[in-house]
Amino acid sequence: MLSAGIVTVSYIAATILFILALGGLSHQETARRGNWYGIAGMGIALLATILGVVTQHYTILLVALLVGGSIGLVLARRVQMTQMPELVAILHSLVGLAAVLVGFANFMDPDVHFEGVEQTIHAVETYLGVLIGAVTFSGSVIAFGKLSARISGKPLLLPARHWLNLGLLLGAIWFGREFVVQSAAGDGMLPLIIMTVIALLFGIHMVMAIGGADMPVVVSMLNSYSGWAASATGFMLSNDLLIVTGALVGSSGAILSYIMCRAMNRRFLAVIAGGFGTEGSATASGGDVDGEIVPIDADETAALLANAKEVMIVPGYGMAVAQAQHTVFEITKALRDKGVNVRFGIHPVAGRMPGHMNVLLAEAKVPYDIVYEMDEINEDFPDVDVSVVIGANDIVNPSAQEVPDSPIAGMPVLEVWKGRTTIVLKRSMATGYAGVQNPLFFKENTRMLFGDAKESLDLVLKAL
Amino acid sequence: MKIGVPKEIHAGERRVATTPDVVRQLIDLGFEVAVEAGAGAEASYSDEAYREAGADVVSAARDLWQQSEIILKVRPPEGDEVDYLQSGQTLVCFLWPAQNPELLKTLTERGVTAMAMDSIPRISRAQKLDALSSMANIAGYRAVVEAAQHFGRFFTGQITAAGKIPPAKVLVIGAGVAGLAAIGAAKSMGAIVRSFDTRPEVKEQVESMDAEFLMLDFEGEDGAGEGGYAKVMSEEFIRAEMALFAEQAKDVDIIITTALIPGKPAPLLITAEMVRSMKDGSVIVDLAAEQGGNCELTEPDQVVVRDGVTIIGYTDLPSRLAAQSSQLYATNLKHLLHDLTPDKNGEIVVDMEDEVIRGATVCIEGETTWPPPAPKISAAPPKPATEAAPPPVKETRKPSPAGPIAAVVIGALALLGLGAVAPPSFMAHFTVFVLACFVGYMVIWNVTPALHTPLMSVTNAISSIIVIGALLQISSADRVIMWIAAFTILITSINIAGGFAVTRRMLDMFRK
Repeated sequence: MLSAGIVTVSYIAATILFILALGGLSHQETARRGNWYGIAGMGIALLATILGVVTQHYTILLVALLVGGSIGLVLARRVQMTQMPELVAILHSLVGLAAVLVGFANFMDPDVHFEGVEQTIHAVETYLGVLIGAVTFSGSVIAFGKLSARISGKPLLLPARHWLNLGLLLGAIWFGREFVVQSAAGDGMLPLIIMTVIALLFGIHMVMAIGGADMPVVVSMLNSYSGWAASATGFMLSNDLLIVTGALVGSSGAILSYIMCRAMNRRFLAVIAGGFGTEGSATASGGDVDGEIVPIDADETAALLANAKEVMIVPGYGMAVAQAQHTVFEITKALRDKGVNVRFGIHPVAGRMPGHMNVLLAEAKVPYDIVYEMDEINEDFPDVDVSVVIGANDIVNPSAQEVPDSPIAGMPVLEVWKGRTTIVLKRSMATGYAGVQNPLFFKENTRMLFGDAKESLDLVLKAL
Repeated sequence: MKIGVPKEIHAGERRVATTPDVVRQLIDLGFEVAVEAGAGAEASYSDEAYREAGADVVSAARDLWQQSEIILKVRPPEGDEVDYLQSGQTLVCFLWPAQNPELLKTLTERGVTAMAMDSIPRISRAQKLDALSSMANIAGYRAVVEAAQHFGRFFTGQITAAGKIPPAKVLVIGAGVAGLAAIGAAKSMGAIVRSFDTRPEVKEQVESMDAEFLMLDFEGEDGAGEGGYAKVMSEEFIRAEMALFAEQAKDVDIIITTALIPGKPAPLLITAEMVRSMKDGSVIVDLAAEQGGNCELTEPDQVVVRDGVTIIGYTDLPSRLAAQSSQLYATNLKHLLHDLTPDKNGEIVVDMEDEVIRGATVCIEGETTWPPPAPKISAAPPKPATEAAPPPVKETRKPSPAGPIAAVVIGALALLGLGAVAPPSFMAHFTVFVLACFVGYMVIWNVTPALHTPLMSVTNAISSIIVIGALLQISSADRVIMWIAAFTILITSINIAGGFAVTRRMLDMFRK
């Protein structure tokens, strides 16, 4: 049995290790060490708690830890890199569920008892922890469903959905008051349950209303929520480790959401309110693009690439869908062997999760020092001989800069059209997620290679 | 319909209005093509090549003109050609209707549909038909070749065993299509190139070709006129400009002038005085010779030597690069015919609603339709449009300062209220919370965007620290609480193991 002082010191050590873990992620070189710091921190926290606080039911505890741990390891081993967003979403839901369960268990625990203001604050903490946990849980489950295509990726727009959200919020506040009042008298289970249901509905409704390409924001927002849920639970249990860790995760997710929103030039609230592309001039300014589409075949593409000096590859969600990243790497290797300088340009919201493209390219063994962020690479496009856009649309749309009333106006985009030639791989001429026609496809120096990205690229590779 | 391409009869004209390649493309559009024997000889396209491409080769000009419904030419018709024209025929060539009012009148009277390649409006859609630009490009290139021919030294600088060779200095006045082509050609031969233009917006284009743009220290005058052409400048401007040229003339070896103002004689830029001040052996190529010349001493179509300076006044530079200019011109014509035959069935439709076709058509069915109404869009967009664009975006994005201030005030009041009622133990936790948020903020901004996915999975793993809550509860005597806690431990440990393991897997993939 460890003394309370030693447990606290262990918690401090764990806190520091968690901060170091996040700090380690600033560079690829230190990231692996960072992950080990995180594991060590978690190990220390678990050990200290088990040895210092737990008094009985060790068997059940160990069985639960081992079973859960093995499930986690198997999941981690089996998951394909293209499915990472789904995995992250479902893991978030578990944190949310845990927060709800811990909140309920704590509320039911007869040993926990406060008086006066402390009682009120404790009730509010419990309530908030359960609320955020429930929203995180149901929201993440829906996000998982959307990302794994079990639920349609299209935004579901109920009539008067803003009013519905407002009603749910007011309901949650009203039951919160009820809960605080009743729990002072030793009651309050009913309002807590009703509120949990409301929060679950709110989570479902919120994510249902958000479309597929806004998923990077949703996933990082849920990441943030899971942190805040942990933090609220920490307040409830008066546990600083939970508070600190939750705050770290919460702010991390919040920053990611902010970065994603900025990359789409949209306000956070607008994304959360959902239903992008349904209001205003979304479809109005799309149609009248002047120019011709010039198709190209795989052999010509290969010839263009082989004769280029500077090639830029811009991957999008389409590459993930077609699982084309390995072929992309083979092409990259073939070209680099010929002395062609191949680089990758990544838009912050390409894919369905922050950093999604980087992970896919890393999986395909593309060296990370030829993978660049949009801001690093955008001014190099005028020197690029051939840009290859693989399954991306809105992130390379010149109307974001050229058409002031376009729905995506002001969104930062990769300026591929400034290069000498652009090859766009695309399944059809459908518009992108924003429903905006892309004038890039009609530019004089753009060639379209229609078909499934993987099949097309396999043919290109063969021709090389 | 049958397209006829006669041999050009203008003295010294070497170009031809179609090439074997383009003949094939015209046939694909559904036309029949006839070419006069020897039409392409001067531009190195043999009758045999035309025949192979599927064209009839007709030996007599008269027959060709009589059997063709569409005539493609380079120069305006002259002499016998005018007499060959028949009512209902379509003629496409350079016509210069402003300079040739007589010809325009004759064409109208004959009931010919005439399209002037020089009247194609300068809008972006019509760039592929813009024969003037094609020809100007060639003239600019050829001007440098002519200059090199008459210049007694290298263009490029070299250091050799026999001594140092300084690079030639070339001044290109007027950075339009021809000027830019001249800059490119001179630059690629190794010369030091400077350029001047009254339109400051071409500075970027000049600099993109690695040439130096000579700025005139002169406020508030922009030389851009309608349709991307230059306009007449004020007197003070011209004086400053002339001073600049006088100074440059003493320094440079070659001057290429391309300054033209639509509908006016060419501006006089290089005076006899300046020519005298140039070094012996210098060369001036005056691309404006036909319109009177930018240099005082230019004689059209002649090469003259004045005060040791060679002044080249050729007006037929494109024709001196006949194979190249025929190819580009033929392609321009092909694009026009492509637009004229929307159904690709070899039948032309003159759609007077189409801005490009309307602009090119100078007479149709006995009616003169020149000059056309002003084009709706000019090649260089008028400035207000670009400046007006940003505001709507800004308006929506710039929130009024009242919002954030109110938020700060409300936040501060809420915190003060909390501090007034909350017990010290809560405030201690709250302090930790706020500090942790800031630490998180600082640390996360340093994370490289490429690692955002691992960041999410690792934060997900550490947010499972919520397992501590369940561990605190599992020892409870209450069975329900115990089982809830056990279940919570189960799901959070999925998260812990899964999150860390998948992060490790991802990070192992990132390699140099």
